[in-house]
Amino acid sequence: MNLRKYLKVYKKFLHTSLASELEYKTNILIDLITAILSLTGSIFLLSIFFKNNGIIGGWEFEQALIIQGIYTILNGITNTWFNPNLTEIVKHIREGTLDFVLLKPIDSQFFISLKKINPSGFLEIMLGFFLLIYCIRINQINLNLSFLTLCLITIICSISILYSLWFFISTTTIWFVKTWNATEVLRSFLYIGRFPLNSFSFSLRIFFSVIIPIAFITTIPSEVFLGLSQIWKILLEIIVAMLFLFSSRKFWLYALKFYSSASS
Amino acid sequence: MKKNIIEVRNLSKSFDISLKEPGLKGTIKHFFRRQTKSLEVIKNISFEIKEGEIVGLLGANGAGKTTILKMLCGLIYPSKGSIIVSGDLPYRRKENFLKNITLIMGQKQQLIWDLPPIESFYLNASIYDLDKFEAKKRIKKLSDMLEIDEELFIPVRKLSLGQRMKSELLAALIHKPNILFLDEPTIGLDINAQRNLRGFLQKYNKETNATICLTSHYMKDITSLCKRVICVHNGSISYDGKLDLLLKRLSPVKEILIVCRSEKDAIKLENSGFSVKNKTKNEITIKVENNSITSSLRTILNNFDIVDLYINEPPIDEIIGKILINKNYDI
Repeated sequence: MNLRKYLKVYKKFLHTSLASELEYKTNILIDLITAILSLTGSIFLLSIFFKNNGIIGGWEFEQALIIQGIYTILNGITNTWFNPNLTEIVKHIREGTLDFVLLKPIDSQFFISLKKINPSGFLEIMLGFFLLIYCIRINQINLNLSFLTLCLITIICSISILYSLWFFISTTTIWFVKTWNATEVLRSFLYIGRFPLNSFSFSLRIFFSVIIPIAFITTIPSEVFLGLSQIWKILLEIIVAMLFLFSSRKFWLYALKFYSSASS
Repeated sequence: MKKNIIEVRNLSKSFDISLKEPGLKGTIKHFFRRQTKSLEVIKNISFEIKEGEIVGLLGANGAGKTTILKMLCGLIYPSKGSIIVSGDLPYRRKENFLKNITLIMGQKQQLIWDLPPIESFYLNASIYDLDKFEAKKRIKKLSDMLEIDEELFIPVRKLSLGQRMKSELLAALIHKPNILFLDEPTIGLDINAQRNLRGFLQKYNKETNATICLTSHYMKDITSLCKRVICVHNGSISYDGKLDLLLKRLSPVKEILIVCRSEKDAIKLENSGFSVKNKTKNEITIKVENNSITSSLRTILNNFDIVDLYINEPPIDEIIGKILINKNYDI
């Protein structure tokens, strides 16, 4: 893979999608307002849960805010990259425009996963970071290199798991043609990630860890933030992330053999 | 002698299609228990295309033209048989192969809708690893050939269909492909835009010696661009050869309308042994075989007092129409 070429193409992707989005200023403004309201609403909801009972699943409100911060960052990443690109796969397949992607001398997964960005998602990412910085202060967390490295690794793993799940579902469009609902279900599951895993019953914990590993996505990075995480959990998240990335890639390449293109 | 750039041997393609009975009952049945059937859309076809050739794929809707085109460019895996395009197996979609071909579809677009075409051109240039200087040079050359200038800087959504199609062509040709696959490139365009596009393709073929393989329902595209046609009927090739030969075989006679000086001359001509189609006063229409046109005209001009004459070719759409509906004609 020619890294220089891919960086050049990605620069062009950024340029063209930003230019496309900036054509519609009002839309961006509405998205920004939605992001602020959504974060405020989530924190308010969380505070209601913790109002009567100071601790849920062993987590205090200030600690649970970390999960909310990580969730906000991930949701921002979802809105910036996953939503505009991965929902487009369904459209590409239904309308047959995937033909143009497949005939380009560039990796098709790279192309369809990163071609567009939605700049309003950046605000969410920033809000998530501010919330995390605030949480570091109120939870009196010591910042050091190993702490930051572990945080970064677990967040990258979370992003990889989320991306792979979404990409996996979108790929099934090659057979089922319409899978909008499935990606919506995934987004709904992601909302679950705003709450600590321990606050759920044992069976739900198993479901959200093994079947749909949403719990890995927010809980483990949050535990790292609070210094509560055990090394085996971090290693497990790394393995799960690599496994998901690898299998979603293989699944895409396998599915393309069944692509029949839309009729003209 | 020119070498083969496309070689297709015993190619077949089957698709699984789902069958649905009409009505609510059929819909419910279809939802719970989908019945599928394997449909062979391409049946054991073989052909070759030489470097620099322009070949037209002719066939009715659903005959399999687009499926052939998509297999040739590597989008669809063949079920049986082999395809070699420019020395490669298309379905592997290797980088060098993809840099050598392009697919243009009249009904689908790759340009970014909200931005001017120039943005899509530079994006494509980066995908094809062209530097800015080279990309600029090629955009200039192609835009001159396509006679577009200001349109490059207007958002695609505001361009007319003709301007959009020209821009689509530019986006698809920026990497100087040697093989062009065109699927109904002139669909929906007005007559002038169609003519311009055909002119451009001719010029491009002449200048770059690119091989062009196209499908079109507009006969003018086929007659003005393709010397050779491949007729596809229900997934099989029913004719592969020169277009003029096909037209001659399918329409062996021409009609000549003769305006005589007087009605008396017309009657005399009517009784002189020609096959008469119709006669009104001093005008008479006769049918003459293609191979005896010259001798017949000489006889008429030497022996009859005529004012004017017109040679009418039978409408090409009518002739091609015969191919599209009938597989078993003798050619």
